[in-house]
Amino acid sequence: MAIRRGRGVAAINYPTGMNLGGDPTQALVHSTPTGNFMVTLSSVDLGQGMKQIMAQICAETIGVPTDRVIIDTADTDTGPHCMGTFASRGTHRAGNAVIQAAKEARQVMLEVAAEELEVNASDLETDGQGNILVKGAPQKSISIFDVALSAHFKRGRSISGRGMFLIPRSYPEKETGAMKPSTCYAHACTVAEVEVDDETGEVTVLSVKNVFEIGRALNPKMVEQQLVGGSWMGISHALYETTEPYYPNRDHGGTDFNQYLMPGPGDLAETEIIVLERPSADGPFGAKGPGEMCANPQIPAVANAVFDAVGVRIDTLPITPERILRALKAQAAG
Amino acid sequence: MAKVPVQFTLNGSEKAEFIESGTTLLHALRDKIGDTSPKGGCHQGTCGACSVIIDGELRLSCLTLAETCDGADIRTTAGLAEGGVLHPLQRAFLDAFATQCGFCTPGMIMAAKALLDRTPNPSREEVVEALSGNICRCTGYEPIIQAVLTAARADSQNAA
Repeated sequence: MAIRRGRGVAAINYPTGMNLGGDPTQALVHSTPTGNFMVTLSSVDLGQGMKQIMAQICAETIGVPTDRVIIDTADTDTGPHCMGTFASRGTHRAGNAVIQAAKEARQVMLEVAAEELEVNASDLETDGQGNILVKGAPQKSISIFDVALSAHFKRGRSISGRGMFLIPRSYPEKETGAMKPSTCYAHACTVAEVEVDDETGEVTVLSVKNVFEIGRALNPKMVEQQLVGGSWMGISHALYETTEPYYPNRDHGGTDFNQYLMPGPGDLAETEIIVLERPSADGPFGAKGPGEMCANPQIPAVANAVFDAVGVRIDTLPITPERILRALKAQAAG
Repeated sequence: MAKVPVQFTLNGSEKAEFIESGTTLLHALRDKIGDTSPKGGCHQGTCGACSVIIDGELRLSCLTLAETCDGADIRTTAGLAEGGVLHPLQRAFLDAFATQCGFCTPGMIMAAKALLDRTPNPSREEVVEALSGNICRCTGYEPIIQAVLTAARADSQNAA
């Protein structure tokens, strides 16, 4: 009986979004009378920071500071249609829709500014600080505040735009079954080191080292935050969490938080995160979806590390001490 | 059912309410008094989201009967900022990205405050121990631990 150490590796490809009846998201953008920009979405911020990312995308496209953009995700009954925030699709799908809507709004904004400045709209540019300038003659300029006032009260224009991003449904080829379920893939690789007590079956994760390839990180601090939390959650899925410990037998299932195990702050593994950025061809500013993927590769990496440590393959999650002990017993008997 | 009068101090101001006997402090704070900073996660003392400080001690407001708090001094996250300036713990949580969905945050901050009030320079192990009654789904805990350590350092620098 001993504490045995093992190391496991796993690599994954992760598709962004889903392939059911098509995967659309819409966005609407309009300016307020004082030149702030409202983005209306039916996508939801679950805490992953979607509102911040959509504000950045809209601001970058229109050419205003991020704090001039307000994201309204208030109501899926009245907002433009979105399939939802799941399958790591939020940034990719809604971001593309916001870019399209913001481009249309920007064009109207430049047209109104052109009338005010008595120049051609194609000769105008934004400074990113809330002003519109004549290219090559920046002393000739107008604030977006004044452009919005003019549009509303003088020119009778609506500085607004409509955005729609749709990934059409992909059907399998009849002969081969081949299909293209996603246009955008993120990637990840994890190396996990564990100790397994072959007397108790207990697994301690010593370290997880993760590399994530997520396209362009639109907000690097928030990406890091999500990846650190996700890496912990992956270990939690691998070793702890289940509502059905003896599935399909439903006896002895947890009934509340007291009986739903998750690792606490005292059970943390040494965690390393490396982000690789290979911009996606069809992502908003090159982004992919790091979302759910961040909690995936740790699971097979831990299973492989357990195999490396004690020589048993556990193919049912979570990898509990009981499952390891049963497998060790079967191995000894076999 | 007859109602019971309860008086206590909440974040420095006097509160007086008539409550039904058996009402939890969490319910009284959120639904009677309107301080929604303590969160009701599990309502059985497991998740820590409802944590408040009563007479200097960290308590679970979901397991505390409001009528036992008569005359008590109760502190919640809603009372931490002074004059619009965030408490060092709130500042540190923001700066360390220690919040995602935010549901556990008020409980985490009160648990951390209870620790720093008695142990101004805690070790990492002491921080982990102090937070072990609070569940977080999003962050993986590490950013929260770092935020508490940062707030402790900032406080000791201010004191020095």
